[in-house]
Amino acid sequence: MTTLNQYLIVSALLFAVGLAGALTRRNAILVLVGIELMLNAANLNFIAFWRFGPNPELLRGVMFVVFSIGIAAAEAAVGLALIIAVYRHYKTTDLNRMDTLKG
Amino acid sequence: MTISFIIICCIVAVGAIAAMSLRNLVHCALCLTVSLAGLAALYLRLEAQFVGFAQILVYIGAVAILIVFAILLTRSNEPDESAVPRAGSWSGVAGVAVALVVFGTLVLSILSSSVGKTDLPASPGATVKDLGNQLMTHYVVPLEAIALLLTSAMIGAVLIAKPDKLRAGRVVKGGGEHASGT
Repeated sequence: MTTLNQYLIVSALLFAVGLAGALTRRNAILVLVGIELMLNAANLNFIAFWRFGPNPELLRGVMFVVFSIGIAAAEAAVGLALIIAVYRHYKTTDLNRMDTLKG
Repeated sequence: MTISFIIICCIVAVGAIAAMSLRNLVHCALCLTVSLAGLAALYLRLEAQFVGFAQILVYIGAVAILIVFAILLTRSNEPDESAVPRAGSWSGVAGVAVALVVFGTLVLSILSSSVGKTDLPASPGATVKDLGNQLMTHYVVPLEAIALLLTSAMIGAVLIAKPDKLRAGRVVKGGGEHASGT
């Protein structure tokens, strides 16, 4: 049988991988992908705690994850639109070359 | 620990690591999709059916496609050296070190707590019907709020990503009308 600890460790691994990607990659799209991975790690934690928690019939964790998925979708849409708008201006998605505020 | 859990965990972990370390951005998007599919399988294993299928619909169906579109529209699909941190670069080493410290801290605190030792409790028997009932009664205000948020995010994304030419065209046209009016 799987215990709660195993799910939490998988989630911690996913969070660490997403954090490493968001900190080291220089492409703006991949930074966004890293943030999505961290969000998914948090969602996995919510579902695991809901399943192993005391009152699963209240569906609190599931509700939180459903709303979190909706907000993540909105965030991805706006974030990628911003990246495309910035790309049109700088002609690059390399974060190290986007170093001015007024272009 | 069952075999299916180990296989799903390997898919999730390898997909995530590949998505963050491959050179070609299209391959990264594909590996992200594999990792998200593994997460959906984990949700199904935890008997959260609706969340598992919502994960497939929203993340694999919409977000991954959006990322592929962004990669192709920004024409950064050619593998370039600058996208990958060089082995000796200071920022790459520092980022991985920070992530390792965070991972170590999380694992230590998870292992030292007594919460996670319990085995899987009996199935809650929560169906999609219960979820719908809750959404329409107890959670109806957040549901409407998120509908509003998604609509405004969609309009905002279109406005932000619209080419400057279209915006400029509208300004010029408005100015022309103004001039002819006076």
